[in-house]
Amino acid sequence: MKTIEVLGTGCKKCTTTAEQMEAVARELGIEVDVKKVTDPTAIMEYQVMSTPAVAIDGKLVHSGSVPDRGKIETLLKA
Amino acid sequence: MLEVFTWLADWLVYGLAGLDPASKLGSSLHFFVEDTTKIFALLVVMIYVIALARASLDLERVRHYIQRKNRLAGYGLGAGFGAITPFCSCSSIPLFLGFTSAGIPLGITMAFLFTSPIINEVAVIMLWSLLGWEFTLVYIVIGMAVGIGGGMVLDAFQGERWLKDFAAKAYQRATESPPSDAPAPEVPSLTLKDRHAFARDELKEIVGRIWKWVIIGVGLGASLHGFVPDGWFADNLGSGQWWNVPAAVFAGLPLYSNATGVIPVMESLIIKGLPVGTTLAFCMSTVAASFPEFIMLKQVMQWRLLTLIFVILLINFMIVGWLINLLSPWLFSGF
Repeated sequence: MKTIEVLGTGCKKCTTTAEQMEAVARELGIEVDVKKVTDPTAIMEYQVMSTPAVAIDGKLVHSGSVPDRGKIETLLKA
Repeated sequence: MLEVFTWLADWLVYGLAGLDPASKLGSSLHFFVEDTTKIFALLVVMIYVIALARASLDLERVRHYIQRKNRLAGYGLGAGFGAITPFCSCSSIPLFLGFTSAGIPLGITMAFLFTSPIINEVAVIMLWSLLGWEFTLVYIVIGMAVGIGGGMVLDAFQGERWLKDFAAKAYQRATESPPSDAPAPEVPSLTLKDRHAFARDELKEIVGRIWKWVIIGVGLGASLHGFVPDGWFADNLGSGQWWNVPAAVFAGLPLYSNATGVIPVMESLIIKGLPVGTTLAFCMSTVAASFPEFIMLKQVMQWRLLTLIFVILLINFMIVGWLINLLSPWLFSGF
């Protein structure tokens, strides 16, 4: 079970990112728990400056855009 | 080269649709067709080209760079990077905290955030094509000045006193600890293919976000163009009494648009005889003082700081309006 945090202050792109992470994980049969993190303090802890950003199991793996499908697959399989 | 779009509009509106160039509808429609086709063609080409060039510019490196400059240069750099760095307003909070927790003074961070909505490549392209290079240059100088001036005043007031607690603490921690000598984040080496992919995504992203604004803006501009008689503003508002400028700033406040939507309106207002400074004051107020942005900043600032920022911006816009009205006989011989 992977914990996926989507960091962002609640714009549309962050919602899209969360949805796509979930969808791709389901297709690949990987169990995930996707959370949307909107609290500025938490985002600051990750030292992220451009959102949406993605952290998997507490480790920042992507920031600044909605990741494309290929990138999501790589992230989830890693 | 841009005459192509005038010809296209001539052909479509006067030729194909058979409208009379002297009629209100004909002249509005001509304005609309010419401007939308011209703007979209320019946007597609220029956004792509500019994105190719700046594919390797990221906020981490911008921050690293600003952090190492003295304060005075910092304001200029903050505003300058605000103008050229692509960034969506939904990122303003993480950006704000990223800068603040790196010990960058509030005024410099805000210079970035003030200038960012006013100047970007889309605004510059549109201004250049609709109002000429002199006007574009003045607009860029003013946009930077609003950011730099706003930031300096904010620091003179020691605005950081009124940050939310957690942000104030993060700033304090950073300023008390010795400056880190961490190396600059690596410049990613990008192949032409990476750059193309980035530019393509940027193009899709930006055009997807702004096309509605362009249509609305040009639509409004076109209606003004066709239906408001020439010289209407001069006849009805006088030619620039001092109170016109504050009135324009307040009129722009409740309106919220990005620069893309407002520039075609600006073109029409100026053609119809509204003084250039008054027009600019109206537009800056529409573009740079937006309520959604302020509500977002509330997450990291106390009301006092927000109010201070708001007042500084309003005063800045008024100064810009008055100053440009005063100088415009020397600046723009063409208008």
